[in-house]
Amino acid sequence: MTSHNTPGRGAAGGGARPRVFIVDDHGLFRSGVRMELGTDVDVIGEAADVDSAVEQIGAQEPDVVLLDVHLPGGGGQAVVSAIRQAHPKVRFLALSASDAPEDVIAVIRAGARGYVTKTISGDELVDAIRRIAAGDSVFSPRLAGFVLDAFASQAAPAGTALPPPDPELDQLTPREREVLRLIARGYTYKEIAGELFISIKTVETHVSSVLRKLQLSTRHQLTRWATDRRLN
Amino acid sequence: MNEPSRSAPWRPEPDGRLSDDWGRRWPRRRPRWARGPRDSGPIRRRATNRMLGGVAEGLSARTGIDLITMRVLIVLATLISGGAGAAAYVIAWLLIPEAGQDNAIISKALADKRGIALAAGIGSLLIVLLIFASAAGVSWIGGIAWALTITVVGMVLVVRNATPEEQATIRRLAEPLAGLTEGRRSQTVIRFAIAIVLLGTGLGLLVGSGKKASAQVAPVSGAVLLLVAIVLVLGPWWLRIARDLVVERQARARAEERADMAARVHDSVLQTLALIQRRASDPQQVIQLARAQERELRSWLFDSRAPGALDQEGMTFADGVRLIEQEVEAQHGVAVDAVTVGDCELDDDLRALLAAGREATVNAVKWSGADVVSVFAEVEPDEVSLFVRDRGRGFDPDSVPPDRKGVTESIRGRMARRGGSAVIRSTRGEGTEVGLTMPRASGRREPSPA
Repeated sequence: MTSHNTPGRGAAGGGARPRVFIVDDHGLFRSGVRMELGTDVDVIGEAADVDSAVEQIGAQEPDVVLLDVHLPGGGGQAVVSAIRQAHPKVRFLALSASDAPEDVIAVIRAGARGYVTKTISGDELVDAIRRIAAGDSVFSPRLAGFVLDAFASQAAPAGTALPPPDPELDQLTPREREVLRLIARGYTYKEIAGELFISIKTVETHVSSVLRKLQLSTRHQLTRWATDRRLN
Repeated sequence: MNEPSRSAPWRPEPDGRLSDDWGRRWPRRRPRWARGPRDSGPIRRRATNRMLGGVAEGLSARTGIDLITMRVLIVLATLISGGAGAAAYVIAWLLIPEAGQDNAIISKALADKRGIALAAGIGSLLIVLLIFASAAGVSWIGGIAWALTITVVGMVLVVRNATPEEQATIRRLAEPLAGLTEGRRSQTVIRFAIAIVLLGTGLGLLVGSGKKASAQVAPVSGAVLLLVAIVLVLGPWWLRIARDLVVERQARARAEERADMAARVHDSVLQTLALIQRRASDPQQVIQLARAQERELRSWLFDSRAPGALDQEGMTFADGVRLIEQEVEAQHGVAVDAVTVGDCELDDDLRALLAAGREATVNAVKWSGADVVSVFAEVEPDEVSLFVRDRGRGFDPDSVPPDRKGVTESIRGRMARRGGSAVIRSTRGEGTEVGLTMPRASGRREPSPA
């Protein structure tokens, strides 16, 4: 994955260790992640299913929740939906081994700030957690691809009776599309900034805007995209 | 024109050619029409300023008569003699060797059986046409008939047997006439136009002769004869031209096939051999690789399934990308991270794109030294693009040795043959990105199946 989206690796050394909560139904994976994260972050708890996760996260209010997309009892998005209203400060980073796009998009739409695959290295994961904790988003190439796909297929009207309720939210701007494409091609934010002659901050802004569109748009098309994919 | 001879016709040429000596020593000798010896002798056609065969120039150098005067004389002689001048000119062209050449065109022409046949055919056709014409009452044609025939026949021989440089001159001067002897496709049109004109003229003359009421049947049979004559003379020739075209097209197809085959062999056999060399210390791996390659080769040679070919039933573009991801990962043990946006049916263009993409991926895996290679493919309504990026050691795309077929043939060549493009960006120490774009034949976008 992208160890390269690295604005502040090592800079956060001074005490600001993000408090991390791990939700995954595989015990082996949980301990593996715990070990990989080492002392760079403060792992304050673990959970293996939706109910216990909701309960503990609500009680402990971690900075970042590492959330498996596939969870018994409703999947990752159930956890996000349950926590977000009451605890807006808790941020979620989705993780998964197998990439069913509709599940990933569902978690993001529920409110997760980023998505990485489980093949990510420990350093990269720490970096991603730091960035989520700082309020940024973490788009892996895969997520960028999923999002492009989701928005592209809904852009083709294909005989829908209902017009898009909010075109502003239902479509990506050409610039956002460009940024997503470069992420999907494996570019770092810094490289994207150089390529498009914009600042890294602007790249961040575009990505956040994409995230907002994903989460806010009324999206019967987005759900339709998901069901289409499931039917296939 | 030749400057010195124009301003001072009786002075020798500055470069002192042999025939200029002649011109100086016998400056007022009367002009002699060309009957020079065939293989050696003073008269040589000149290539320096020639308009046609350089006969006038040669004569002018031989006799000392000014070049322009000589040309005017030849043209006048042609007009007065009813074309005999032109015929003589062509005969001279045939018989007099060009300066610097040992043999005259005629010696080559005598060996050119096809040329002689062609000349005879055209000549006989002309004679038939002229006979019809004079029979139809165009009496002036009879006067120039033999000269015209000799000129045309001679020209055919000249054009076929002249040196390449001379042929180029002729072609430049008589572009439309060249269509009579060359088999190029564009000139076929000209040839047919000429044939139609000939036919029209012949028929017109025949119809005109009908008014004489000498024979009612003559025009019809004349027309039939005319047609038959044309077909008889030109038919085989047309056939040959058509055959040449077919042969040419087959040769092109063969060349393309060979290039394709070379690319395939490179992708499969050569790649595997390289892998085997790298993993020579692991006999198990080597055996495995060799077996896999053997299977692939067998299925290619005996079941005609090309290696790496993506012709499974119902396979889509995204499936193809996924296959590359899996296979390259399995074969080389380096992670390949593929992201695909959109999907569509595979066609030959997209198969070529996938093959090139696979090659780029294998290259990245083999040479970059990176742990992971990213592949991003996007199907858009009017084009499909595929990017292969690594963060390895990078290279200078211009300094790839020509025998490294991967980049030039397997990637660039493959894309170019299908109308696509390949852009390779690489920086030493930072990595490489290969961007491939293929325009889509059908502009339809489908949602990607899961």
